[in-house]
This record gives sequence, structure tokens and C-alpha cells, in this order.
Amino acid sequence: MKRFDYIKPTNVDEAVAALASNVGAQLIAGGTNIVDLMKYDVAAPSLLIDINGLALKDIEALPKGGFRIGALVSNTDIAYHDGIQRHYPLLSSAILAGASPQLRNAATAGGNLLQRTRCYYFYDPSTPCNKRQPGSGCSAIGGVNRIHAILGASPSCIAVHPSDMCVALAALDAVVEVTGPNGRREIAFADFHRLPGDTPEKDNTLAFGEIVTGIRIEGQPDPTHHTYLKLRDRLSYAFALISVAVSLDMDQRVISGARVALGGVAHKPWRDRQAEAALIGRDPSESDFRTFATTLLAPAKGQGGNDFKIPLAEKAIVRALRQAVAGTPQVQSVKAIA
Amino acid sequence: MQSTAPRPSGFTVPIDLTINGQSNHLDVAPWTTLVDLLREDLQLTGTKKGCDHGQCGACTVLIDGVRLNSCLILAVTRNGADITTIEGVGTLDNLHPVQRAFVEHDALQCGYCTPGQICSAIGLLREGKATSRAEVRELMSGNLCRCGAYTNIADAVEDVLFESHREAAE
Repeated sequence: MKRFDYIKPTNVDEAVAALASNVGAQLIAGGTNIVDLMKYDVAAPSLLIDINGLALKDIEALPKGGFRIGALVSNTDIAYHDGIQRHYPLLSSAILAGASPQLRNAATAGGNLLQRTRCYYFYDPSTPCNKRQPGSGCSAIGGVNRIHAILGASPSCIAVHPSDMCVALAALDAVVEVTGPNGRREIAFADFHRLPGDTPEKDNTLAFGEIVTGIRIEGQPDPTHHTYLKLRDRLSYAFALISVAVSLDMDQRVISGARVALGGVAHKPWRDRQAEAALIGRDPSESDFRTFATTLLAPAKGQGGNDFKIPLAEKAIVRALRQAVAGTPQVQSVKAIA
Repeated sequence: MQSTAPRPSGFTVPIDLTINGQSNHLDVAPWTTLVDLLREDLQLTGTKKGCDHGQCGACTVLIDGVRLNSCLILAVTRNGADITTIEGVGTLDNLHPVQRAFVEHDALQCGYCTPGQICSAIGLLREGKATSRAEVRELMSGNLCRCGAYTNIADAVEDVLFESHREAAE
């Protein structure tokens, strides 16, 4: 690990000031990703700003329903929060599908959003990677790319965002609250992460010096009709090859609201609002599910090693929609898929 | 705009840690991970370094009662914490119930992952979220065992879990 300077500010303004005045500075909270990246010399901050002293550790119920989750709340505390389990079980389920209990105990809400891709080449400084070293090339294109993107990739980068929690937050239309040198602003979840284009070194739309302070979920989805279905190479403690977050509103047998996000397929959680709109008003059948999956995956493109993900995603989407309509969400400790 | 030059390697930060009930005032370099501090500086070698990347759970310790991977924690970020390592879990004469269950169920072969498995199991029991074997297996999935003693590990954890349920019910 490269040597670095260390400070521990006591409030957000101090942290922003430090971040905005040091080009080599990075934040540390739970540390589960940044410490690992520093061990591999993928990250080498000259200054580490320890934000664990900031007052961003609460989950607050909002007056009109929903919650504000402080950026420093652990993934575990979000997943097991009574109100979130009751009103947003999709979010709890997605979090519990990810990582291990030890990692969820350490990892924070903000850190989950800001974690980097697990592309093997990004993690290996002996290989070219446009995300790690802009302009050096992409080793995954034409290389080993079993885990890589099938949607929204670019000639510069085919990495995927690794989070489970973010897939649920995308489906729940969360809002990210940030503070920077120019004050506070909000970013719709769909606009927070970005596609790689020709600047894959940028994972998100945060401006220089901005800090994530919280996440708001405000919608009132029907908590019955949801599921988080995650498919991976082993049954626990592995990143998604494909994951599907579904949140439906149902009026008797008819779909009145549909939000579907995919993980493991792109540089950001993937949604297709036009395809979702076509589900509204349907008393859905298997063929509606298949049509939805086909529409959503129409732009999908394999890279060789990950070609299998396209038919796998189609099956996963159909299965997840069936689970959500039936009100029988995937249980993360029971590995059989209903 | 400035770019801070990294401090020389002699840079340390003073922190206080309670480790297995003992107060420690320490000057640590900020790049020191907790597992290295425990093993190299404090000679508490019961905590094992397996992968050093948060993938195996061998380095699991309890911090303020919560199970965490000590290899992914910079010690400097945990000033004031109360840490329990395997050395603080039980003694040869007075084993912790989880240790006793691991012995009874032969829940190990080489033993390298065992300190982490036991700290993780204690954390699992405190969390109180596991109520079935499937949940025990899922919630112990952060601890790998290269010998493959998983069946007996799950038996041992289940034994203590249901024993503690009985005690709670009584």
C-alpha cells in the first residue's frame, strides 16, 4: 500500500473543503472497497479523508412516507431496519443478497453506491484498463469477459457495476443527496451512475469535491409484489452474473405500476421505462413477461465469454416477474428458485 | 489547488483501542490494517490472515460486538473501539459455548479458518437473524473453509443457536 496523509474531519463542510482542495484525496468510510483497491495499488490516494466522524448515521422517516438513509448507515442496518423491511422489502432483500455479513456490517450506504467494478483487469495494474488508466485500452474486450456487460457498453469499457443494493434503489427511484463546494443538490438515481462512453474512469456524475450525504426513498410501492432474483456462479457471497429487481403495483390481477432494474449487465443498474410502460394495464401472462424481456434485451450484445448472459437474463426476467406478480419474492437464504 | 505530498513512512496517529478487555494506547501508521496491528504489533496471532482481501473471513474479529473482516479495516479509523479477538473469547479451562460446540462436532480439520469461524458465529448469534439451518449457512457464508468442514461447522453453530433459543425460552 502506498503511503498517504490522513485526516478525520468532524463535519460535512470540513470534509468537502478537504476533498475539494486536494486532487489526490479520497474518502474512507467502511473501507471494504477502498482498502482493497489500495492493497492492489489500483487506488493510491495522497490523502485519505476519514468521514466516520460525520453525523450521517441515521435512518430518518420522512413526513410523507419513505426514508432518508444517512450515507454512513451500514448495509446491515438498512437491510434489517423495521420500516424498510415493511415498506421497501425489495431493498432489504437486495442488500442481503450481496457480500457477506462481515462486509455488510462494515460497508456503508454511500460506499455501496461508490464501489468500483470488480472487472479482473481493472484490479490488475499489470494490464491495460481505460477505467484505471484512461487511454491504455480495454483488456476485457477480446479477453476473459464472462462477467462483463451486455448492455450499454462502449469500445472503451465493458465493466459492470457490482452493487445489488443499487439495483433495488434504481427500481425504487431513489434520490441521492450530495454536498459539494457549491452547496447541496439532489441527483435522481437513474442519473447517478453513468454509462462508460469514452470516459469510463468516471463511474458516476458526482462533481469534483462532492460527497454523498444520504439516499432518499419516497415512493409508495406495493410491498407485496416484489422480488430480487440474483443468479451467480455460487449460491452465496458472489457478485451477480444477472440480477433482477422487480417492484409492481397490482390492482387485483392487473399491473398498475412496474419498475424493473437489472444488475450485472451494465455499467449502471439498467432500466427500460418504455418496456415497463407496456406492462401497465396487463393481466399478465407468460407471453407478456417474455415480450417484456425481449424488448428490454433487444439492444443486448455479447462479448464472447458472456454471450450466455443474454438468454440467462431473459429467463431471469421472466422468472422474477412471475415471482413478483405471485407475491412470492425470492428468499435469499433459501436457494431454490420459485 | 494543492496536491498533498504523502507523509514519510514515520507518520503515525495516536489511537486508543480496548482489546480483549485491556486498554491500549497505540501510535499507528494510518496504512496499518487491524489484522496486521493485532498479529505483528500486538502478537495476537490467533486472528489469521487468509486472503487479505475480505474474501475468506479468516481474519474476522468482533468490534463493539459486531463481526468484521480485520484485513479491510485501517486501525486508525477505529479509534476508541472495543475489539474481541479469539484470544478474548474463552480459555482452555473455560471454553466459550461456540468453541465447545466446534470441539464436540469436530468442526475443523487444519484449524486455520477456525478463529474467524468462531468469531463470526458469535457475531451471528448476537445478531439474532438466523432461525434455521438454511439461514445459518447463508449467514456463515462469509467464512470459507478450504478443508470443507462446512457440514460440521453448521452443526456446531446450529447446536449453540438452538441451545440459546432453549435458554431464552426458559
